[in-house]
Amino acid sequence: MVEISNNKKLLRIALRNCGLLNPEDIFEYIALGGYESLGKAITQMTQDQVIDEIKKSGLRGRGGGGFPTGLKWELTKKQKSQEKFIICNADEGDPGAFMDRSILEGDPHSVLEAMAIGGYAIGARKGLIYIRAEYPLAIARLSTALQQAGENGLLGENIFGTDFSFDIYLKYGAGAFVCGEETALINSCEGKRGEPNYKPPYPVEEGYWGYPTCVNNVETFANIAPIITKGAQWFASLGTEKCKGTKVFALVGKIKNVGVIEVPMGTTLREIIYDIGGGIPGGRKFKAVQTGGPSGGVIGEANLDTPMDYDSLISIGSMMGSGGMIIMDETDNMVKIAKFYLEFTMDESCGRCTPCRIGTKRLYEILNKITSRKGTMADLDALKQLAYMVKDGSLCGLGQTAPNPVISTMKYFWDEYLAFIKDVDHPRGEGRYTAKNKIGIRS
Amino acid sequence: MTKPQAIDVNPSFKENLPKEKFDELDSFVNNLETTRSALIEILHKAQKIFGYLPRDVQLHIARKLGIPGAEVFGVVSFYSYFTTKPRGKHTISVCTGTACFVKGSDKIIERVKEKLGIGSNEITEDGLFTLKDVRCLGTCGMAPVMMIDDKVFGRVKEEDLDNIINSYRNKEL
Ligand SMILES: Cc1cc2nc3c(=O)[nH]c(=O)nc-3n(C[C@H](O)[C@H](O)[C@H](O)COP(=O)(O)O)c2cc1C
Repeated sequence: MVEISNNKKLLRIALRNCGLLNPEDIFEYIALGGYESLGKAITQMTQDQVIDEIKKSGLRGRGGGGFPTGLKWELTKKQKSQEKFIICNADEGDPGAFMDRSILEGDPHSVLEAMAIGGYAIGARKGLIYIRAEYPLAIARLSTALQQAGENGLLGENIFGTDFSFDIYLKYGAGAFVCGEETALINSCEGKRGEPNYKPPYPVEEGYWGYPTCVNNVETFANIAPIITKGAQWFASLGTEKCKGTKVFALVGKIKNVGVIEVPMGTTLREIIYDIGGGIPGGRKFKAVQTGGPSGGVIGEANLDTPMDYDSLISIGSMMGSGGMIIMDETDNMVKIAKFYLEFTMDESCGRCTPCRIGTKRLYEILNKITSRKGTMADLDALKQLAYMVKDGSLCGLGQTAPNPVISTMKYFWDEYLAFIKDVDHPRGEGRYTAKNKIGIRS
Repeated sequence: MTKPQAIDVNPSFKENLPKEKFDELDSFVNNLETTRSALIEILHKAQKIFGYLPRDVQLHIARKLGIPGAEVFGVVSFYSYFTTKPRGKHTISVCTGTACFVKGSDKIIERVKEKLGIGSNEITEDGLFTLKDVRCLGTCGMAPVMMIDDKVFGRVKEEDLDNIINSYRNKEL
């Protein structure tokens, strides 16, 4: 893994310790100020003060949705229940993303510390980390970290001599992308099939075994300790108006500098790709970048100056997702890329709801027909119509976002679709075909 | 997931499913603090012990935990990590994540299939290899990536495949 350092545009908060300390030695973490925040939170602050600090910092969940973390904690705290849980979502199933893995392998204690702070704030005594089985090194490092934290009294009974007790357990995934969705994740933690549930009730109301449960992403947790020590104001001074702090991205694909980067929110794609990523190798031209993995969309040259934050990305038809960024050059065919993603979501659809189970399969079939040059304009029409049906009709985020790659490639790379169609005169231009239904085919 | 049932458990011991392995699994389950929400953990352990999860093992676990066999099978079939077929001595995993895809992993996996004469999740006749196409291994920096057992091969080229596969074949000679 290449770490691209020495660039002024980078700013490390979540990755602050990665590569700098030995992740298997808790004392190195403590020497760099580790577990100070936990001490401060539980000895000097009330639960509400901790929540307030996180709320004021403007931290939003890094798992994809961008839900305000402080608010989620507050909602969980407000629930009346003798038991509550805090869960760390380390499922990172998005192909081409390895930000969470870098944090877990490089700085596992930052996650443990933050979970304890979160546990204190919401009133949970138990935390779970749901981690995918494909990450054996991260599992090993977490186990070591858990053991060392336990031995040093930083987890367990009466932490820092207070009456706050907190323990963390590991739960293993078994290879299912949908388990990253929080309700599916909770089912999987319970040892069941990882199918999502209808929301509401939200996990903060009824989660793990029916108890209020707060699910947060690894990177979200990695931001907590600095906010507690340095203060909400410092954090809120970084980033854009609506998105504070930094975001970690995994830069992969056709790019010179492959690796994990952390930049302030609002950095533009152009800065990321050219100034940090070093541009496209082999003298080829940039074509598009896919953000948000299979749930996101492609972004072409025209939108390269979009600042990276949750809302701007949604407005151009993609999404932040967890932070995978796949760069494609002029040799990549966008229809095939869309087909690749559909193959993924079709495979990973859990089958619980019909629009997603059957819709993704039909979308894939149409795309397959198109790429084998058997498609007609009517197929393009059907593709678009179906894409919106799946988007609107699915139960969970998987199905609701699965058509995004299709919709966005149709929007920005329409002529590549046309090039595959047999009944069009001008392969690279507009066809003669006129739309028959409301949705229409012209983008 | 309630307490173990009083039914007599008589797993069918076969050559590849010896009693010792069942005993090892049982002692793992007995040492768990609670079997509530532990099914996936137990299946991970069982797959480690037996290499795969045949029907008899699944039924054994179901009886041990006092839950229907269908529930166990439901979980086994849901997760791609669990396999009900025996695996070859070496598992070749070719990453089919996006970063690997844009760097040509689709061609790599086709070549591997040709060379081994099997499809995904199948086992070669000599029992040496199982081929799996896996989701992102998280080593996108080295795309395209393949993994044989725990060893990762990065920036794989089609020309390298013969060498890589043969080095494992030769180990057997
Ligand atoms: C199909 C699907 C996959 C998801 N995968 C992940 C994942 O791998 N990691 C993650 O942290 N969140 C994932 N999420 C988002 C979670 O449901 C949830 O919003 C998140 O863990 C909340 O944490 P946050 O508030 O810290 O972002 C996924 C959501 C969906 C719909």
